Amino acid sequence: MALQSLDIAKRSATTTEPPQARKTLEVAKLIDVSKCIGCKACQVACMQWNDLRDEVGTCGGTYDNPTDMTDQSWTVMRYAEVESEEKGLEWLIRKDGCMHCEDPGCLKACPAPGAIIKYANGIVDFHQENCIGCGYCVTGCPFNVPRISKKDSKAYKCTLCSDRVAVGLEPACVKVCPTGSISFGSKEDMKELAEERVTELKERGFKNAGLYDPAGVGGTHVMYVLNHADKPSLYSGLPDDPTIAPTVSLWKGFAKPLAMAGIAAAALGGLFHYVMKGPNEVSKEVEAEVEKELEAEK
Amino acid sequence: MIRDPHDLQRYNASERANHWVVGICFILLALSGLALFHPALFPLTGLFGGGVWTRILHPFVGVVMMLFFVVMFFRFKHLNQMGESDWEWVKRAKEMVDGDDHNMPEMGKYNGGQKLLFWFLGLAMLVLFVSGIIIWRAYFSHYFPIGVIRIGAVLHAAFAAVMIVAIIVHVYAAIWVRGTIRAMLYGTVTRAWAKQHHRAWYRQVTGK
Repeated sequence: MALQSLDIAKRSATTTEPPQARKTLEVAKLIDVSKCIGCKACQVACMQWNDLRDEVGTCGGTYDNPTDMTDQSWTVMRYAEVESEEKGLEWLIRKDGCMHCEDPGCLKACPAPGAIIKYANGIVDFHQENCIGCGYCVTGCPFNVPRISKKDSKAYKCTLCSDRVAVGLEPACVKVCPTGSISFGSKEDMKELAEERVTELKERGFKNAGLYDPAGVGGTHVMYVLNHADKPSLYSGLPDDPTIAPTVSLWKGFAKPLAMAGIAAAALGGLFHYVMKGPNEVSKEVEAEVEKELEAEK
Repeated sequence: MIRDPHDLQRYNASERANHWVVGICFILLALSGLALFHPALFPLTGLFGGGVWTRILHPFVGVVMMLFFVVMFFRFKHLNQMGESDWEWVKRAKEMVDGDDHNMPEMGKYNGGQKLLFWFLGLAMLVLFVSGIIIWRAYFSHYFPIGVIRIGAVLHAAFAAVMIVAIIVHVYAAIWVRGTIRAMLYGTVTRAWAKQHHRAWYRQVTGK
């Protein structure tokens, strides 16, 4: 949703600088996976605040309900049963949703000016009124987050409650979390909080505990405390080292100016060739030869 | 309508119509495709009724183009086999572009450059069609893994850009070589044009 009160850091399909005189605080949501009990209160709060109601689906044999994110479910709890010799059976529950990348792949891929906005506070938001429904954001996202609505063909995802944050409130999921697993504040504060928790977890024997704030996408504004930070993929396929795919970088980077220069060179090359070399006309000689041949026929 | 009874028929009505359907589709696809390729050209979406309509229409126009291109491809395929003299022509093309065509080998209905363009367009249409299906989010993308969609997007953009350059060259060549465009407008060329630019074809159709 558009909120003019928020300052803009990046705007999709826009080649000029966004307004950046004002500096706002970078925010972050910290999800402490080790404190999560999988109650889904966050999912409910998200639906309620954003006026979303997903279709009632079917059970896929896990607690994941719905089984995937949709245009109506912007966050989904994912339950992974992981066995290791050291810890035995572990239930690793992760609240999945948009990571609000510092360098968002969706925004890079989006061809519609202003359909994706990254605010100065770090929130990446879709503006559906500018969305053309091409799905390039899905192609660009390293976390498989955006979902295209089957009804209106617009892309939807977690807004990090940009409307609430703009007026000084925390996101709805943070508000309701009963175990304090989700925190919200300045990115700096959240990193400090994470550090304290990681130290605690290490003391309790999770020697690989750590913060998930992947550098490959410039860091994220949704971060996880993972008790197995060495293997993020244990948590229902959280990417170990997410980056914007090289194919996407090529497509949306170097290819654009190169193609434009090539097309312009071809068009201008033609014009100047015509002006400097002149047209390729039939020679008088050949015309005379053909005349003679026709005369001879008669 | 016969303008000069000695003029030579180069294309029949059906071939011309076929070419123009493909040509019109190409122009629509290039404009709508460029609109979604570079932010500076996004305003071109206005020609198609806005960004959403551009996104909806582009792939359907692409399917129409592919259908008519396939017909054209099989119509002209046998006339576009590269021979020795065609490669010789390609080697000497620079001389002709510089304004001296005296050493160019005799050409049949198509010269080496036209034939290479023909085969490039065949390849480009195939790649654009397949990659276009893969990145057609509304109907097909969900059948493909994300890595394939990403490669599809890059290939679609790359082949489209090279194809636009190739078609600019194709159109410019028709403008540069005077007396060519009428072949695609009403089908005939003058005998002198044929003898000058496609002498082997001239001999073949006139028996001289």
